[in-house]
Amino acid sequence: MPDTILTPVNPAEPVVFTRDMLDWLPWLEPMAVEDLTPRHMKALVDAARAKSAYFRLLARDPDALEARTLTDKDIFYNPDAGAPRAERELAAAAVSRFNGCIYCASVHARFAGTYSKRVDDVQRLLDVGVGADLGERWNAVVAASVALTATPIAFGAAHVERLRGAGLDDLAIADVIQAASFFNWANRLMLSLGEPTAAAG
Amino acid sequence: MTATDADTIDTLVGIAPGSPLDAIRARRPQARTHAEASYRALFAPADPGGVTTLERFAMARFVTGLHGESPTSAFYAARLDGAGASPTLRSAIDAEIAAARTQGPWGSYPRGPLSVENTGGVIHRVADANRAALGARLASAFEHTHMLVFHPRDAAPPSLAAMLAAGWTTTDVVTLSQLVAFLSFQIRVVAGLRTLATTL
Repeated sequence: MPDTILTPVNPAEPVVFTRDMLDWLPWLEPMAVEDLTPRHMKALVDAARAKSAYFRLLARDPDALEARTLTDKDIFYNPDAGAPRAERELAAAAVSRFNGCIYCASVHARFAGTYSKRVDDVQRLLDVGVGADLGERWNAVVAASVALTATPIAFGAAHVERLRGAGLDDLAIADVIQAASFFNWANRLMLSLGEPTAAAG
Repeated sequence: MTATDADTIDTLVGIAPGSPLDAIRARRPQARTHAEASYRALFAPADPGGVTTLERFAMARFVTGLHGESPTSAFYAARLDGAGASPTLRSAIDAEIAAARTQGPWGSYPRGPLSVENTGGVIHRVADANRAALGARLASAFEHTHMLVFHPRDAAPPSLAAMLAAGWTTTDVVTLSQLVAFLSFQIRVVAGLRTLATTL
């Protein structure tokens, strides 16, 4: 008997990019909470993620999930110099906007707004798209993230020089490269294993 | 550390110990370690489960080939040979890459204000001539993968259902999704850092 897909009923699917909290409905059966072993819990990294259908679905391959999560955390949370957290989140939001991941864009637009205090600029990225004028430094981050996201990859030395001209040092530029690259990983999982829905309540 | 333990991204970027990029990567040590751990989890897993090594490298050759020739695609072409791919399988994958290569990201949004941003493209179907060499499992996975690479926002349950019908389990699909998504990351980190290196 082959496994089967799930077909969620979803009258509250978001139809615009938003900074609102969203939920996510899986198209494949996540692991049941009661089936999570210590190995799966370690792979979730944060125990609270056992509540998330997304992470319980990815927990089916715990080694891949754990390594993914620890890569993610260092790229975004490592406080040792480099790009400010807000700009790493901006790169994530820009990639998500360009690829079309409404769920990922909502999370990282909220973070970008929180860490930069530039909520209006972040909202303009969501509303207008990756061509929005956000000032030269943010425009350089968005342009580099978008060029790296295009297939074939369109990122070149001119993007690096523009980031440098906008004041980013080499570590900060590497942070933008890693943050944008990581969201090409995250977007593809979120977009292809389920769909967003408005948060209950 | 032996040659087989070498960091894959460092190798593909050409990062020498003590170089400026070595120092930059050392500032994000967990990302470096766990990007490599991700590679190992997906390509040299402790328990391969329902996805064979040959299938993993066939997928990787297809994904990286769709991005155009690069050091990363050459790396996975060599790994595919090392995994014992037959000449027939190799040529079928190469033919699929040539037929499927396009530009992205494109795709459609849920009906509403974003519909004006919808962009179209060709939905890839594996050629009849290549189906026997690939087998039903890889053929269904390649069709799903083409969407993930070029038009991920078009993802929907039917292509997952097609993979399940071809014999993959839910857990296999999670592993294959991680594999395609991880490669989308790895190929970009390598391309980005190689570009950064030219400016240092």
